[in-house]
Amino acid sequence: MVSSRRSEAERADAASARDTGVDPLRPADYDDGTAGASGAAGAAAGDDAPAAGSAGPESSVTAPKLGPGEWVRFAWRQLTSMRTALLLLLLLAIAAVPGSLVPQRSSDPNGVVQYFADNPDLAPVLDSFQMFDVYTSVWFSAIYLLLFVSLIGCIIPRTKHHLEALRARPPKTPARLSRLSAYTERELAGGADDAPDAAASAAAESAIASAAAELKKAGYRVERYDQRGVPSVSAERGYLRETGNLVFHTALVGVLVAVAIGGGFGFSGQRVIVEGQSFVNTLAAYDSFNPGRFFDDGRLTPYRLTLDELDAVYETENTDALGQPIDFTAHVTIDGPDGSAERDVKVNEPLYEYGTDVYLLGNGYAPTITVRDPDGEVVFTDSVPFLPQDANLTSIGVIKVPDGLAEQIGMVGFFYPTQSTLSTGAYTSTYPDLVFPVLTLNVYSGDLGIDDGTPRSVYQLDTSGMEQLTGGQTGVDSVELMPGESTELPNGLGTVEFESASPDAAGDDFSQSVPRFASFDVHHDPSQVWVLVFALLILGGLLLSLFVPRRRMWVKAVTRPDGRVVLEYAGLARGDDPGLERAVEEFADRHAGAAPIR
Amino acid sequence: MTLDEISIIAVYSAMAVYAIAFIAYSIDLARRSAASAQATDAAAAGTSEAPAVADAGSEREPVLQGAPASAPAAAGSAGGGTATPPRAGRGAGASRRGAGAGAAPSVDYGRSPSLRVAVAMTVIAWALHLAATVLRGFAASRVPWANMYEFALTGTLVITTVFLVVLLIAKTDLRFLGTFVTGLVLVLLGVATVNFYVSVVPLPPALQSVWLVIHVFVATSAVGFFALGFALSVVQLMQSRREAIVATADSVKKSFLATLPDSTALENLAYRVNIVGFILWTFTLMAGAIWAEKAWGRYWGWDTKEVWTFIIWVVYAGYIHARATRGWRGSRSAWLAIIGFSAVLFNFTVVNLFFKGLHAYSGL
Ligand code: HEM
Repeated sequence: MVSSRRSEAERADAASARDTGVDPLRPADYDDGTAGASGAAGAAAGDDAPAAGSAGPESSVTAPKLGPGEWVRFAWRQLTSMRTALLLLLLLAIAAVPGSLVPQRSSDPNGVVQYFADNPDLAPVLDSFQMFDVYTSVWFSAIYLLLFVSLIGCIIPRTKHHLEALRARPPKTPARLSRLSAYTERELAGGADDAPDAAASAAAESAIASAAAELKKAGYRVERYDQRGVPSVSAERGYLRETGNLVFHTALVGVLVAVAIGGGFGFSGQRVIVEGQSFVNTLAAYDSFNPGRFFDDGRLTPYRLTLDELDAVYETENTDALGQPIDFTAHVTIDGPDGSAERDVKVNEPLYEYGTDVYLLGNGYAPTITVRDPDGEVVFTDSVPFLPQDANLTSIGVIKVPDGLAEQIGMVGFFYPTQSTLSTGAYTSTYPDLVFPVLTLNVYSGDLGIDDGTPRSVYQLDTSGMEQLTGGQTGVDSVELMPGESTELPNGLGTVEFESASPDAAGDDFSQSVPRFASFDVHHDPSQVWVLVFALLILGGLLLSLFVPRRRMWVKAVTRPDGRVVLEYAGLARGDDPGLERAVEEFADRHAGAAPIR
Repeated sequence: MTLDEISIIAVYSAMAVYAIAFIAYSIDLARRSAASAQATDAAAAGTSEAPAVADAGSEREPVLQGAPASAPAAAGSAGGGTATPPRAGRGAGASRRGAGAGAAPSVDYGRSPSLRVAVAMTVIAWALHLAATVLRGFAASRVPWANMYEFALTGTLVITTVFLVVLLIAKTDLRFLGTFVTGLVLVLLGVATVNFYVSVVPLPPALQSVWLVIHVFVATSAVGFFALGFALSVVQLMQSRREAIVATADSVKKSFLATLPDSTALENLAYRVNIVGFILWTFTLMAGAIWAEKAWGRYWGWDTKEVWTFIIWVVYAGYIHARATRGWRGSRSAWLAIIGFSAVLFNFTVVNLFFKGLHAYSGL
């Protein structure tokens, strides 16, 4: 069949046009679709067979006896092959899946605790496979580290090669341009009868010279060749494609390194602050603190952050969204080495101060509770942050009174900013703002379990050593208070008061009666800038490498046996290049128009 | 009537017109099958006619032969995806990519009134759809992509837009994808309107950011390109299956696929569409990280939505690699594109609705 013979010859010619050394270096099992691409070859089954010629003898997989050095080289070549990279990429995608199915300690520690409670048999098994720490697990790390070793092994030789290619001459003009995929020709003036040989070759020479000049202007690197008196120009463009590809892959490594090393110098800490209170940026002042591996706490600037006021705005008009939060703003004052400044922190608008980033991550109510002994002496008074449990801010908090009363007492409180009663008799909150605030307290007495110095969460009450005095099964109603009210504690222990923050307000205006708290995350992450820089390089590299066409173009002035001089134009794509044929045609039109036509 | 109510009416009207377009595209596919069947029969009967320069975009440059059955011709320029004028000094039709023509003849198909109607209907539906989306935005006084209903509304609009734009600029006639595109849009829009609809509510504080505009819009656009790439990859697989068995089985010669570009051309088209999607997705991922840093205080925390965004990114990176890996070019890489788009759909539906995480913005 004519067409198949043609395509084989064409293939050979394309290969010779390619094997000139300035092509980007690729792993042995690279396939850009040009080797043997004829019609639907790519789709044909069984194109798995090794493509003869493109893989050197070294890459033979079945080499019989290998010495230790050869083994290492063999293994290295396998690791840095396209196939391995692909395999590892797909593995990485699969390995990331379980972390979305099972709660992760890093992002959802409470979820993990819950999971253990719900699946007591399964959870430990999963845990032994690090399923709750997928993204730091041995197996996940192994995959991405191997991938990056492969990547580095891939880009180093390619970068070296590319740096050389940037200085190399465009390849020699192939013998038969007409065999290339993009080809066209134009006749040059000065045919057999009306011009002597010398004039014809001068015309040919000047046509090639002008082609070279035009290609150069179009951004090609050009080189003149004269093969057996046939003048031609060889041109290549699109080195940026490979540059972009290398920048892209190198920047991937950059991101990994920045995260791995840079992250170690940072920290993150959390702190809850009630309105009117403040916190000083020192290690001891944080509720929780996670330093990076290389973090040095001497680097904390001890500025003071005071929460002046927390504004919470809820939807009041749209009946489809009553109570939906509209805005949270924490008005704060920063006092530090540079003086005092008033600032706002909002969701999406963190504060950047003294090398730390301060985020407003949550807020809620901190009812002010005062406990007095039977003589009226204050033994406890504080605004206690209550943790919100739902969208209408039903909140739970714990009050511990270790000293001053006959017994230690602990109270578990429920706070309802706008209380109403369900048909079951249980209380609930129907609106997140303070319309009808009610606080209920279950009182326990006994041993709080904090005397021996064991650290206890301030948000939890260990009731194992305590006796419940109100609420639940006790038959005694829970203590129930509105702002400004107080009541007797059971057993004559004393009194408890729910203080109002706005004692002078009208009787039914509770809007300012309970202070709010804000929970702040404070971070320092020196890697962030680097990650951003590398991310931008990734994006830029990607754009270059996917959209800059890399192509070769040749123009040759051939004298045909009948004496006519014909200008041959051919192009060869290096990688995906949909515009190649058009580019060749257009160049020929432009150039042949410039050259004299018969 | 409120703006939102008008918007809903526009959505339903758009769905009705999409349905008409879908039917018209389907009729066109049926006619294609009939045309290839006739061509096959004609060829078998030996009534060979003058070879035509096959051109998948035949309606633009109609091959006015009048005869219902044009003879099988070389895949010709359809294979290269470009409408190259015949080359001087070379036989027309014997282009390099057409080498496989002997095995899988492409059938010239000629004009198709139903295809015209279908495209016209798509444009009308698109206009209604656009109006619905814009009105929803005005009703809410913000960008119309802040909950699942709105993501679906805007997302499907982008899919249609990408399709129409690609029809305008692509050199290959891709109208045959209309059945898939209008079908997908119709289903997604229907499900969203019936199941995900929420009335206009204000934005929660976490969404009040310019990044909502940028990140979500770019993500949605990426999905538009991935959807089209997915469709092309599916047709590519069908085509390559047909090419593999066409020599033996008569039935496949009569398939509508005979009138479509060959599998290599489809693969190249799918690749081009998918890499645009990939770049947009890369940007989505980065913009999301920047936004997460502002809103949640860390740029990456393996939240479920982040995990799936990452997985999708890696799968498409795998797809791009596969196309450059021996043994993976062609059908296997097409499967990766299909898996990638499945993950996109999964991310949008299942992850939004059933997975726990910070991205709880479905509004349901
Ligand atoms: C972290 C893992 C990797 C990712 C996310 C990744 C991603 C990509 C992407 C998106 C492209 C297409 C854009 C471009 O050409 O620049 C690409 C191309 C390429 N990658 Fe990777 N890659 C990774 C690892 C590797 C490794 C380990 C190798 C070497 C074995 C490799 C070799 C290549 C080559 C040769 C190309 C060019 C393909 C072509 O010329 O069409 N990559 N990669």
